[in-house]
Amino acid sequence: MAVKLEFVERPRIIMAVLDSWTMIKRSSTHILRNTDQLLGTFFQPIMFLILFATVFGGAIEQSLPQGVSYLNFLMAGIIVQTVAFGSTTTAIAICNDLQKGIIDRFRSLPMSNLAVLNGHVISDLLRNGISTVVMIVTGLIIGFRPSASLLDWVAIVGLLLLFTFSFSWLAAVVGVLAKSVEAVQWLTFVIIFPLTFASSAFVDPTSMPAGLRAFAENQPITQIIEAVRALLLGIPIGNHAWLSIMWSLIILVFGVVMTSILFRRRSAS
Amino acid sequence: MKTLTNVIEVKGLKKAYGDNKVLRGVDFTVQKGTMLALLGPNGAGKTTTVRILSTLLRHDAGTVTIAGHDVKAQADQVRSVIGLTGQSAALDELLTGRENLEMMGRLYRLTKRSAKARAQELLEQFDLVKAAERPAKTYSGGMRRRLDLAVSLIAAPPIIFLDEPTTGLDPRSRLAMWDIIKRLMADGTTILLTTQYLEEADQLADKIVVIDGGKVIAEGTATQLKSKVGKDRLQLTFKDAAAHTKAKQALAKLRTDADDATQSVSIVINDTNKDVKKVLDVLDAAKVTIASMAVHKPTLDDVFLSLTGKTGKKATKEGK
Repeated sequence: MAVKLEFVERPRIIMAVLDSWTMIKRSSTHILRNTDQLLGTFFQPIMFLILFATVFGGAIEQSLPQGVSYLNFLMAGIIVQTVAFGSTTTAIAICNDLQKGIIDRFRSLPMSNLAVLNGHVISDLLRNGISTVVMIVTGLIIGFRPSASLLDWVAIVGLLLLFTFSFSWLAAVVGVLAKSVEAVQWLTFVIIFPLTFASSAFVDPTSMPAGLRAFAENQPITQIIEAVRALLLGIPIGNHAWLSIMWSLIILVFGVVMTSILFRRRSAS
Repeated sequence: MKTLTNVIEVKGLKKAYGDNKVLRGVDFTVQKGTMLALLGPNGAGKTTTVRILSTLLRHDAGTVTIAGHDVKAQADQVRSVIGLTGQSAALDELLTGRENLEMMGRLYRLTKRSAKARAQELLEQFDLVKAAERPAKTYSGGMRRRLDLAVSLIAAPPIIFLDEPTTGLDPRSRLAMWDIIKRLMADGTTILLTTQYLEEADQLADKIVVIDGGKVIAEGTATQLKSKVGKDRLQLTFKDAAAHTKAKQALAKLRTDADDATQSVSIVINDTNKDVKKVLDVLDAAKVTIASMAVHKPTLDDVFLSLTGKTGKKATKEGK
């Protein structure tokens, strides 16, 4: 061996951060190399936005307050829905890793075990970010007219990042639990589909039956949608911002703790 | 300071999954700079042993130390001195060969510069320079195994575990892999190799431990194991049935086995020079012409047969 090897020696916590950084680069490269998935990241939000705006727009607009266009109303809902569905990718990526020999390789290295998960979750912020920007640009082209100030936009980005991050950790739980990628797909579907539809994403929940309405008005997805919607359209935000931050943090803690426990157990067997 | 000659020490190793006792008390040691082959059919407990030694699996009883570190209590120290090449290539399919190497180098705590330089060196050594910028999913079976082994060598660990490194490879790729392994041995790396190929253990290992059913059933050098089984045999083949019959009669006094179907005779020999000469003299006197002649040393297949009552090949098939 001709090359003289030099090793990095830093405290444990810094090494863990460096490991996570290495894994973020890995997962981000996956996102850019996986062209099929990347196309989905671009076209699915465009398709959803145009379909919902044109198919439901006419019917639903009448039930909205005077002067609110359905596209303006829809934007917050469809962004949050896309981000929520986007977290499925985190779950699939983790499930894939666990099924392949590569997880054994990682575990036989002197690296931080949770770096693998960090890599997937954090790089997913990047992919969801792309989706969200694509959707907002498409919205602007077809007539979305937000009235948010720069400060509002900063708040929107912050709320969405926190929500995406915590929701990806929730998806990570599914990724660690599921025995196959197919299982991930239906599991996330049965969780995310009702959560995003029984919310204020597409319609005002006041038209829903009482029980469903109570759920739809108070569940976490609605809080984040209402907060983003209020900031986008310059309507009073109420306590939606705080509730959405609180829910995001609860989901985040639950996701991180559960994933860590399950990951250790699963990858050790 | 005491010099550490046994870098791998395994004592009374036991592991069970429920009622299924995979390892029932395995003992062996590997000396620094040598290669030990763990030989056995599928299901013998080879992979389980390697997974325990490489900290992937926790054992139920017994002790395992690697370079003086306990695999349970000091897993991190163990991980920094070992490299593992498992049965299924542990590569990132979407990353290129070079990216795989550099990523693993960083995770082994190499500096960025060292990781890059070492990756280049390994790509050259393993004949992967042309494929370096292609995603690993486009690699052939032989290339994947080479890259997989290269990845486990990225931080030049002094101890390497090779879990069936040539299973499923074509003969040419297998020979290329053997060359690489021999070079590693020449560099002084301590190697634990598992294999179900008797020939592989025979070719490469300093010491062989035969396991079956979770227990060590024999150990020693290839020569020692073979000498337990039997002696060398002289195999003679004749051109027709008449010559075969004549030869059988002429050689009747010696210990022979005759096979009419192949028109051959095999004779146990103790001293190659003397015994071969004697056989040839006898046949010469009887005026029998020999079609072909060969001295057969007992193979590890014979060893396996006499130890387990199954041939290596048969045992392999049963395991699948």
